[in-house]
Amino acid sequence: MTQNNNNSKNPLHGLWALTNRELKKWYKNPVILLLGIIQPIIWMGLLGKAMNLGAIFTSNSISFPQINPPLSPEQQIQIGQWFSSIAANTMKGTFGTADYFSYMAVGMMSFVVMFTAMFSGMSIVWDRRLGFLNKVLSTPVARGSILMAKILSAVIRALVQATIILVIAYVIGPLSVSADFTIFHLLGVYAALFLISVGLSSIFILIAIRSTKQETQMAVVNLLNLPLMFASNALFPAKLMPDWLQTIVKINPVTYATDATRQLILQSIDMQQLLFDFAYLGAFAAVFSTIGIVLSWRYLSK
Amino acid sequence: MAGDALIVKGLTKVFNKNLIAVDHVDFTVKEGEIFGFLGPNGAGKTTTIHMLTTVLKPNEGNATVCGFDISKKPSEVRNCIGVVPQEYTADEDLTGLENILLCADLYGIPREVSKKRAEELLELVELTKFKDKQVATYSGGMRRRLELACGLINRPHLFFLDEPTLGLDVQTRAATWDYIKLLKKEFGMTIFMTTHYLEEADMLCDRVAIIDYGKIVAVGTPNELKEGLGGDIVTLSIKDSNIDISSIIKKVPRVKEVKKQDNTYRIKVEDGEETAPSIIEALRTEGHKVTRLSLTKPTLDEVYLEYTGKSIRDEEETKEGFRAQRITMRRARGESRGHPF
Repeated sequence: MTQNNNNSKNPLHGLWALTNRELKKWYKNPVILLLGIIQPIIWMGLLGKAMNLGAIFTSNSISFPQINPPLSPEQQIQIGQWFSSIAANTMKGTFGTADYFSYMAVGMMSFVVMFTAMFSGMSIVWDRRLGFLNKVLSTPVARGSILMAKILSAVIRALVQATIILVIAYVIGPLSVSADFTIFHLLGVYAALFLISVGLSSIFILIAIRSTKQETQMAVVNLLNLPLMFASNALFPAKLMPDWLQTIVKINPVTYATDATRQLILQSIDMQQLLFDFAYLGAFAAVFSTIGIVLSWRYLSK
Repeated sequence: MAGDALIVKGLTKVFNKNLIAVDHVDFTVKEGEIFGFLGPNGAGKTTTIHMLTTVLKPNEGNATVCGFDISKKPSEVRNCIGVVPQEYTADEDLTGLENILLCADLYGIPREVSKKRAEELLELVELTKFKDKQVATYSGGMRRRLELACGLINRPHLFFLDEPTLGLDVQTRAATWDYIKLLKKEFGMTIFMTTHYLEEADMLCDRVAIIDYGKIVAVGTPNELKEGLGGDIVTLSIKDSNIDISSIIKKVPRVKEVKKQDNTYRIKVEDGEETAPSIIEALRTEGHKVTRLSLTKPTLDEVYLEYTGKSIRDEEETKEGFRAQRITMRRARGESRGHPF
């Protein structure tokens, strides 16, 4: 056996092989796929359906106080209808859509993307512990590819899971999809989710690449998981939150991903806000993936 | 390359600014030989391999692998070497064949070439029957063979094996030795391996370097090293361990050197069969009773003891090494499953 030099000179060789390795581990284990989406589905089913805020203000839920002279049935129906329309307008004004389920189901898409990105770092901790990382480092794969493969596989997983969430939300719905929804809106949704998952998984892979214990990574994920979700508009509109919380919400990239997807799927589009959402997400993804790739490249070639 | 597959000069690695793992190491590995790196756990064997395989950058010194500088031309080095790490790195969720093809992709080998090579290598390591089974179902020996096959996918010029038989049972170990010998014989491959099994180094290696505390303490063929001890070794102990009898022993003719280690004396002598009785006689006249005595012809074990001052068996329990071994052994038994994320 002698050295063979007609190997590919493409600097990205191995990128897809490493990405595919991660994906294979994932889709060969349907249980893991299921566990990944079961939590957002439970959230959707329990929180989304239970907290049916719209139902509070329907005419059936109103009891009329005893007044003199008593209201005639016609008057009661009339007042009930006023009440319903006020409620619908309030819902629309607060959530931008007539029902809370649709509002939070779309938020769950951001949630599942965030969750997948957070755990994407775990696999690199394992690769290090099991010696796989060192083996890859002794092959001619570009150092950047090792990290890019992690990000890419996390992004693909996240988008697939978000799609499943969207389909399930549509099926158990009703999901109040806006009337002018087209395939371009859907592409926009994927673009927003792509950007946020690139940014978030870069951050978490960067955290993981230096740690040798998955416990550390778990702790970080647990610490950031709920704050990142609640301090965003994924579950509740930011404008009703106190000022100090709104500041955090405005920094949190989950807010912009959720706002963009929500506008595209449920609401009529405010072009200026949508462009700002994409600009923020784009900058977020660009900055953190660059930092991630540069720092880990330096770290891996120590 | 002029006959040297590997030239190492003053290679040094310092961790955390004060832990010197490898300390100005120099050696050369000749084309086509099996070179053994022998040393206790934590001596710097794996760190040396990591530097030579471009996983770690040296703090000082340099090395030339297949004629390429490890610091200046890492890509060329990576293309001409194959590495079998200490751990089982094959992915448990993938099949044996998928793992080999993954390795091939990492080297950028086109699929039509890699498919053919993978089949050949699976044949070589006798895993053809199991190629479509998940690695999680493999035994320790099968995994080690799969690692060998993965390391060979790019037809390396220089093959690095880090503790190739760690955690394997006796039969599997012997089978692994056969594969290593086969590689040398059939393909004329140059092999650099680390081990802490002395019989392994003695049997397989053309030349051996003994490394301890990051420094090379001896280099040579196993025979040279044994002869370098300059004689037989008498080991004895006496009843009263508090008295130092070294001076008495030294007076006996043909005794070359006496070392006291705890309760036992390691005595280097010429012509052990005749000298041993003289030592017993000399001690008896001074009133000391010999309770144990053994005479050994030099083995690599003795060489090792001579240079590192400790028996290799004492080293097995070091904490770090133990942890690594435990992980490897657990995986060998197939207990630790892959990660869920």
